[in-house]
Amino acid sequence: MARLSAGLVVLLLLLAATGAGAHAFLDRAEPRVGGTVRTPPAQVTLWFTERLEPAYSRVKVVNAAGQQVDKADGSVDSNDPRMLRASLVPLGPGTYRVIWRVLSVDTHVTEGDFTFRVGS
Amino acid sequence: MRHCLAVVVSLLMVLAVVAPVSAHGLAGKRFFPSTLAIDDPFVSDELTLPNVLHIKRRGSGDEPPAQETSFSGEFSKRITPNFGISFEGALVHVDPDEGESLTGFENLEVGLKYQAFTSAAHEAIVSLGLGWEVGGTGRKATGAESFDVVTPAIFFGKGFGDLPDSLSALKPFALTGLVGLAIPTRAKSRTVKVDGDEVEVEIERHPNVVKWGFALEYSLPYLTSYVRDPGLPSFMRRLIPLVELELETPIDRGQGGLTTGTVNPGIIWAGRFFQVGVEAVFPINERSGKNVGVRGMLHFFLDDLFPTSIGRPLFGR
Repeated sequence: MARLSAGLVVLLLLLAATGAGAHAFLDRAEPRVGGTVRTPPAQVTLWFTERLEPAYSRVKVVNAAGQQVDKADGSVDSNDPRMLRASLVPLGPGTYRVIWRVLSVDTHVTEGDFTFRVGS
Repeated sequence: MRHCLAVVVSLLMVLAVVAPVSAHGLAGKRFFPSTLAIDDPFVSDELTLPNVLHIKRRGSGDEPPAQETSFSGEFSKRITPNFGISFEGALVHVDPDEGESLTGFENLEVGLKYQAFTSAAHEAIVSLGLGWEVGGTGRKATGAESFDVVTPAIFFGKGFGDLPDSLSALKPFALTGLVGLAIPTRAKSRTVKVDGDEVEVEIERHPNVVKWGFALEYSLPYLTSYVRDPGLPSFMRRLIPLVELELETPIDRGQGGLTTGTVNPGIIWAGRFFQVGVEAVFPINERSGKNVGVRGMLHFFLDDLFPTSIGRPLFGR
């Protein structure tokens, strides 16, 4: 049974290397998820675990009142298809929510949101 | 029995209308990993191979205590995005304190599951299932019964990500569970033993059994992606500590209320294409045993490994 499992693992990994693609989960972000920054950031940057489909991947940033505070230029980085970013208008102290919805290149959709704070 | 199953299968097929359901145990932001001891609440294209359990069982009647090791595998396949079928088999090695050791297959188990409700906003899933243990397909000497057992069940999964931000530390928690009724197709079995001139007849009664269980999980992936990133190393960001309760309560035929089961604390590491998990197995009472066991599982996400072939539903998208 152990040999069978080992063989299956190798087979699956070999096959995986030729066309597989997982769900794109958020790996990390800048500003950090749930973090606090003293200096207002000029942009938010999100790194995902998979390559993203640029045409169907979005990010938006809103303030506590729900008003959009990004410059509506959210896009997948042309050099790093795992990176999604958006420029921000000058932010005052407060809590901001980053909302994203992305499509990985193998057509799996994932979505999520997180907050960060500007201030001490 | 097979006619009844065919009717139920047909009904479930009719109910399985195409609806937006994510495979892979996703409900909104929540990723539910496949649990080791109890069945999952979601429909998926996944493969468990193997799920290994090693524990010392208590003796009962004429049977001495025995070391038991089982290697099981399960293949789950979506027919439509919210309706799936699964096949599970297990090879068991029993090494009793007295007498010869035995190895044999358990009965084949076939499962149907319909994911009836999914709420992305509330990270919630409810599914209806029907399990069928096919009697006579395993080895009788290692405990496989000669009759069928049918188990209708309800499954649920609920993430706590919709809690208010003031309780954000609790958001990574999730609870999954199931309640089912295992209905044997034979109420009792009669065994005739002939020893010289003496004839002994043993009657074993087979009760209906409520099968129930829960899994409480704390998802570090959820914590770091949606709540607060404490800067954990990448290996730890994929860990999901959990504790599972796997319980059985007979309800009739002289055994009513005699609950047995195990508490299974452990941890799962969920990667891109597979997850691995390990749990300790603690019997909940003396009826369930006295010794601590261990369980391990390797589990593949076929929808991610083969997104355009066997990892997608047969019908619908």
